[in-house]
Amino acid sequence: MPKLARDTQHLLLTVTPGVLCILVFLVLPSLYLMGMAFLTNGPYGLPTLPLSLQAFRELAGFGFLGWSPGNLYTLLRSVWQTLLATLIVTLIAYPAAYYISTRPARWRALMLLAVVVPSWTNQVIRSVGWMNILAPGTPLADFAARLGFIEPQMGLFPSQFAVIIGLVYNFLPFMVLPLYAAFEKLDMAQVEAARDLFASPLSAFRHAVFPQTLPGLMAGVVLVAIPAFGMYVVTELLGGGRSMMIGNLVARQFAQASNWPLGAAGALIMIAVTLIGLKVLRNLGRRLGGDREVVL
Amino acid sequence: MSEPAPPMQQRARSASSIGIDQVSRRFAADAVALDDVSLDIQPGEFFTLLGPSGCGKTTLLRLLAGLDQPDSGLIHIGGRSMQGVPPHRRSVNTVFQSYALFPHRNVRENIRFGLEMQRLSAAEISRRIERTAALIGIDKLLERGIDQLSGGQRQRVALARALVNEPDVLLLDEPLSALDAGLRGRLQIELRRLQRQLGMTFVFVTHDQEEAMVMSDRIAVLNHGRLAQIGTPQAIYEKPADEFVARFMGHENLLPIKKSDATGIETPIGRFSGDFAEGAYLLLPPQSLILHRLDQPAAPDCIEAVVDECLYRGGMTEYRLSCSDWPLVATLANQGRPGPAAGDRVRLEVVTRAAAVLQAEGDG
Ligand SMILES: Nc1ncnc2c1ncn2[C@@H]1O[C@H](COP(=O)(O)OP(=O)(O)OP(=O)(O)O)[C@@H](O)[C@H]1O
Ligand SMILES: [Mg+2]
Repeated sequence: MPKLARDTQHLLLTVTPGVLCILVFLVLPSLYLMGMAFLTNGPYGLPTLPLSLQAFRELAGFGFLGWSPGNLYTLLRSVWQTLLATLIVTLIAYPAAYYISTRPARWRALMLLAVVVPSWTNQVIRSVGWMNILAPGTPLADFAARLGFIEPQMGLFPSQFAVIIGLVYNFLPFMVLPLYAAFEKLDMAQVEAARDLFASPLSAFRHAVFPQTLPGLMAGVVLVAIPAFGMYVVTELLGGGRSMMIGNLVARQFAQASNWPLGAAGALIMIAVTLIGLKVLRNLGRRLGGDREVVL
Repeated sequence: MSEPAPPMQQRARSASSIGIDQVSRRFAADAVALDDVSLDIQPGEFFTLLGPSGCGKTTLLRLLAGLDQPDSGLIHIGGRSMQGVPPHRRSVNTVFQSYALFPHRNVRENIRFGLEMQRLSAAEISRRIERTAALIGIDKLLERGIDQLSGGQRQRVALARALVNEPDVLLLDEPLSALDAGLRGRLQIELRRLQRQLGMTFVFVTHDQEEAMVMSDRIAVLNHGRLAQIGTPQAIYEKPADEFVARFMGHENLLPIKKSDATGIETPIGRFSGDFAEGAYLLLPPQSLILHRLDQPAAPDCIEAVVDECLYRGGMTEYRLSCSDWPLVATLANQGRPGPAAGDRVRLEVVTRAAAVLQAEGDG
């Protein structure tokens, strides 16, 4: 059976690299992470053997001094800041994508480039840029102080406000691009049919434009919300202690606190919350999209 | 075909007249889609726009629906100027040439869209949907998704989606083009019946002259955005205004008139005596040419011709002839006797009563 042998060989050759990649870079680290989360933190910050739920207890807020809600707040704050940033990104990106898609062809490429180019710069540099814009004594901060939003001499950063600005600025392109793709191939005939069938401009938008852009919108939400939920740099630089997100909490356990099991447990929770979020989004998409599968 | 649909309720309001007054629409300096078109459509009329691809039929429908604005000229519907009236405030619905169905809604949801927007009661909505779907023959497809339909089924959904609203004016842009001959013939009759019954004004677009003749009260023939002729099917077929209309209506026997005087006219196949109008062409419709075999007794005034080709068309056979090197087409009913074959010589009797004289294209 030389042919069968050759086929098997062929199959092995083509599939093996992919399987190895997934194994080495996804499966093994995930297993390692999961294992780590159930280890105990040793006296010198080294994970040691007795398997336990200690990390999860700590994550839930039980420490030497009894229960504290700090970590729980961090988790809730992460969810809240993610939702808020995603909402603001959507409100900006939706009209922007529509506007760009209706420009003459030669302008479109240029405007898209203008949206994307900033994200070619390092996140840290961009965040530092915002620090300079929002710092005490800058025109923007002075203006906000004059309007009474902040105390004089206090900058607009570090604050939750600055974090939201940073997140929105960071993830805007990831929403604009899929929405632009959706608007670009918008079937105007459907809009005209709706208008012909007694739909006001607003109803025509709701029933003929929005459903067509829904897949793009949902893709944008996934591309924005998931990385925003795990954001580390922006919150670290613009946030200060009271705007910490779960990404910072995890990073701190690995980098400074030397409590790897706690960090791993936090990472597992992040994955779990992300999966739940995707599920919710999927259901939402199906509801809005008339039983179509619009997310993933 | 199932049992006839239950009768629709007689409409209280009257159908709308349409006035199109010197309307022009140009998309660019060199792309004139409609050029100074004026025509009036009576309330309750079945009016057909006929013309070749790109002559401006769809453009005119879009102007009537309010989806596009004329560059100049006025449009009235029901006596009211339509200037600045948005599409959703016009009692006008369209069957789009490209269907323009909503892919995220199933067949029933597509059909109910216009009724929803008019905020009709749920009972009325489902009553109308069932009735229209049965009439169009898509009652088995109501729960299907649009992507699960064939082209002809989609076209019927598009038809139902517009028809179900029972508007004063229904615009139909080639609504039967994707259907097979049987279904097409049946729906032609159904549409005609429905239009009479509901008293709607239909503006029907087609580039099929036979369909236009079967269905219409009047036909307007368009050519490059200009109105070439307007009239009843009979007038347009028998007395086409010019060469373009004649050819578009399927006439092939157009003989250039070489000379004309008080006693007759001279054409490439011979001289015909009689009192003819002034014009550039002599039109000989099929019924004006009677074929005789050489062995049959000769009628007076016959001309000789050679059969080049015989095309069997079911009820009749079409003969392509050469007469003094000039091509002519004549038909003969198939009555069981063998007719002339290719290569045979035949005699042609020309009935000049059925002939017409017409102008060169654009002179009309
Ligand atoms: N949006 C547009 N921009 C530029 N030119 C257009 C536009 N719409 C139509 N035209 C041009 O106007 C002319 C008339 O178009 P229209 O769609 O009315 O033709 P039609 O008679 O419906 O043809 P068909 O039988 O092929 O559907 C065509 O030459 C077409 O190219
Ligand atoms: Mg058309």
